Amino acid sequence: MRPFDYETPQDAAQAVALSEAAAQSHVGSPVQYIGGGTTLLDLMKLGVMRPERVVAIDGIGGDSLNAVKKTDQGLHIGALVSMAELADNGMIERDYPVLRDALWKAASPQIRNMARLGGNVLQRTRCPYFRDTTYDQCNKRVPGSGCAALDGFNRLHAVLGTSGSCIATYAGDWAQALVALDASVSVLGPDGPRVLPFSGLHRLPSDAPHIETTLKPGELITGFTIPDGPWPRSTYVKVRDRESYAFANASAAVALEMEGDIATDVRIALGGLATVPWRASKAEAQLRGRPLGEAAMEAAAEAEFADAVTHEHNAFKVPLGKATLVRALTEAKAMEI
Amino acid sequence: MADPTPPVPEPGTNMGKALPRYEARAKVTGAPLYADDMPLPNPATALFVTSGIAKGSITSIDTSEAAGLPGVLKVYTHENAPSRQDLRHFMKGGYVADSVMPLAGPNIVNDGEIVAVVVAEDLATARDAAHRLKISYQAEQPATTFGSAGAEEKQITAGKHDVGDFDAAYGSAPVTLDVEYETPTMHHNPMELFSTAAAWDGDNLVIHEPSQFVWQLKNGAAETLGVDAAKVEVKNPFVGGAFGSKGIMTQRTGLIAAIARDLRRPVKNVVMRDQGYTLATYRAETRHRIRMGAESNGKLVALSHEGSEVTSRQDDYFVAGTTATAEMYACPNIRTGVSLVKADRNTPGFMRSPPETPYMYALESAMDEMAEKLGIDPVEFRRINDTQTSPTTGAPYTSRSLMECYDEAASSFGWSKRNPQPMSMAQDDWLIGYGCATACYPTNMMPATARIVLTPEGRAEVLIAAHDVGTGAYTVMQQIAADELGIDPAAITVRMGDTTLPPGPVSGGSMTTASAGSAVKAACEKVRQRFGGTVPAVDDMSAAFRKLGSNRIEEYAEWAPPGSGEDAIKALYKGKFGGGGGDEPKPLMYAFGAEFVEVRVHRLTREIRVPRMTGAFAAGRIVNPRTARSQYLGGMIWGLGQALLEKTELDLLRARYINDNIAEYLVAVNADVPEVDIIMVPEVDNQVNSLGVKGIGEVSNVGTAAAIANAVYHATGRRIRELPVTMDKLL
Repeated sequence: MRPFDYETPQDAAQAVALSEAAAQSHVGSPVQYIGGGTTLLDLMKLGVMRPERVVAIDGIGGDSLNAVKKTDQGLHIGALVSMAELADNGMIERDYPVLRDALWKAASPQIRNMARLGGNVLQRTRCPYFRDTTYDQCNKRVPGSGCAALDGFNRLHAVLGTSGSCIATYAGDWAQALVALDASVSVLGPDGPRVLPFSGLHRLPSDAPHIETTLKPGELITGFTIPDGPWPRSTYVKVRDRESYAFANASAAVALEMEGDIATDVRIALGGLATVPWRASKAEAQLRGRPLGEAAMEAAAEAEFADAVTHEHNAFKVPLGKATLVRALTEAKAMEI
Repeated sequence: MADPTPPVPEPGTNMGKALPRYEARAKVTGAPLYADDMPLPNPATALFVTSGIAKGSITSIDTSEAAGLPGVLKVYTHENAPSRQDLRHFMKGGYVADSVMPLAGPNIVNDGEIVAVVVAEDLATARDAAHRLKISYQAEQPATTFGSAGAEEKQITAGKHDVGDFDAAYGSAPVTLDVEYETPTMHHNPMELFSTAAAWDGDNLVIHEPSQFVWQLKNGAAETLGVDAAKVEVKNPFVGGAFGSKGIMTQRTGLIAAIARDLRRPVKNVVMRDQGYTLATYRAETRHRIRMGAESNGKLVALSHEGSEVTSRQDDYFVAGTTATAEMYACPNIRTGVSLVKADRNTPGFMRSPPETPYMYALESAMDEMAEKLGIDPVEFRRINDTQTSPTTGAPYTSRSLMECYDEAASSFGWSKRNPQPMSMAQDDWLIGYGCATACYPTNMMPATARIVLTPEGRAEVLIAAHDVGTGAYTVMQQIAADELGIDPAAITVRMGDTTLPPGPVSGGSMTTASAGSAVKAACEKVRQRFGGTVPAVDDMSAAFRKLGSNRIEEYAEWAPPGSGEDAIKALYKGKFGGGGGDEPKPLMYAFGAEFVEVRVHRLTREIRVPRMTGAFAAGRIVNPRTARSQYLGGMIWGLGQALLEKTELDLLRARYINDNIAEYLVAVNADVPEVDIIMVPEVDNQVNSLGVKGIGEVSNVGTAAAIANAVYHATGRRIRELPVTMDKLL
């Protein structure tokens, strides 16, 4: 990999001060934060990312960055909490099973021990044409170069939220839980702190897939807040070819509030199917306030995938996505709480 | 959940002791040095740069930025590469697995071909420099696989069998089946990456490289480097997984050694995981058409198996596994044949059970389909067509315990609880299916030599350049010597994987125990003869040595399978497989097994899981039931991966491998393998060789894929005739 400067700031403000730099794209930014490094190191070795400065944030400390606590605003989760730490938290297991399920199904223990949640939600796509610099075409890596996945191998690519420029799947799991639970994300940037809805963090690829989020240059994710809850009737179903350590062919984060057979509140987000963590608003709207039976679930799934766009090898993701949605709702409904 | 560490197996009839693995303690404490760990003075690091197109030519390579980086020693391209001699493909009597020499010119003939080598003081610098090369190509449209425009079809004679009159018998059979199957491209992905380290001392060269045949590597490297083979040593005592991928020399060895000679400095190279997909061999995709005719009582009357395999433009590698089909079941009318499709790909090569894995998958899937058509239980269908003689020649099997395997495995598995109706068994949201299939593997042997040293203290050394690729070969050689010499195994040291030792067989074809073991046995017999037939007890040893007037007894023996030609041993010293001879009709020698699986398929999302597998195997004498059990376990687990997970995805337009990493090339992990029950069926076969050993390294992964596909049909009513069986095919 290319030589780079390695900075070890003492606090978040110093980190942000070290990271102001103009950037054309998130992949191409000359400054990168590093937490656990589980995505960044890979991409640097592959030559996909070539930062000149790497700012290590694992030592910037502070209560807020490392804490998991219930506050007046809701559940606060610091950005430097590791995947393993949150998954092992007894309160999370009891009150927010969807958060725990999405984490422990996400990676190997080694990765869960290293990866921090702030970086986890920014995990980059596994699109093979993005990760291999010998392919000339990748609009995410080299803006304007084209998309090899459109006529290449695309079994694992997205069917929701795609564009003619990019069909790369958002690869993470935990973000689906956050977007389903209406989380917000706190960031600190050169202009100070701000809070934005988590659903506004990731950008659809449209004609600029190299700009992956709404974060501005230098902005650092400091934490997440989940407003309501607890959500004891919640789960994350991850469907994959292998039982463990594999990316989702389809996944669904579901949280329900039930009164008898009626779903008084329904939250659904889909993974492995879309270019961003995908809130299934259409399906939710059909189900909210109605009896939650299998036929209703199937109709809701149908509505959610009405606009799906498939390519040569990924047409199966439409029936699979629907089935995954139905299964996750069924399993959440059946939970004993 | 089952206990993940079941007890050490009790030896049954005709089995040796379940000794612990010879190098177990060393391995779990991290002591062994693998090829890339070998200390070398002041080594430079070489990194390959590989092509981004599959066909065309390099129009320019600008190396100036890379070469100018501090720490970069030299950048090699086709314009300045050291010269080497051409090597022939091993199937044409040569040494290499792929005959295209890298950096010999600007032409690109497959994805991921070596286009440059960056040599630097360290890997980080080499990698930085590699990304700074500016390579321009003139790309052409490649042919990727079956059906690609420009791929050429070629008939071969291997795998042809013609017995009776297939057409007539098939045409008049009351029940017939005509089905096609496909298997995908697969790569080995051994844990230990491919690597080469080369150090010259004057004219003498030492190579450290993980190899399943060090004497071949020695001779092949000498040939391409134009030096006397006597001056080349290959040292590689441990191999971290191979499965055939380290069986035949590849071109990179000569290139790295030539660069070390050019730079006058030791050079180390590790092939990165993704590069291993194109710089080593793999299992190519295959297609099959099987036609079967049977009487309504289940007797087979006609059987045809036509196979087709992909290979490269440059080499006609093939596996032609139709022989297994032709020999498997009693049938009077058999016709088989194989064709190749030549595409713009790297040359495929050996991968565990090379012919049987794809071809038996097809046959055993068809057997299940035919059993259903006939309304006969799949186990009984095999029993009806079981045979003790070759359907092609009439020669007898030396032993064939297939039905004993079926009966023991079926009973242990609980096959009688199966409702034969598809989609008839379920639990909660999971459909349940049971399936079974036959496993087989021929008993291969090749020449071997060995040396035994015995000291007055009663300690012995076994010296043989055989190889332990994780199979237990060290343990088994120790055990055979202990039995033959009548001394404690703990007093025996084994040295292998080093060309300063007498040549042993390739660690392939499941033949190490039978071949290397026979040479060790022969050398031990000579040692015994020095004492008049029996080695004295350890307390009497020094007195016996004094009587002989010696303080060291050393015996060397050569062994070749019956029917070998005169030059067999000479050929072995040249790193060749054969040596001719052996044309007279031989009895059929095969190991057999029966594999049973339970699958569960989710009714909505169609994930396929395998909660349990049972395999029963009969393979003559089992020298060590503990290491044998591990071989069988590993094979069945790999079979599970072949059935459900493993596939190298191809970009059909670009003829490139897509999932060239172990995050996305899926192999089974612990969570996929809850319970595997291994049954070793006792079998005595004194005809195969004097040890009575058939070889067990490959048989157990032969039947698994068909058993699982058959079980998926039983669970879902859907026949998936294309591996791997994945959820998208069942939605």
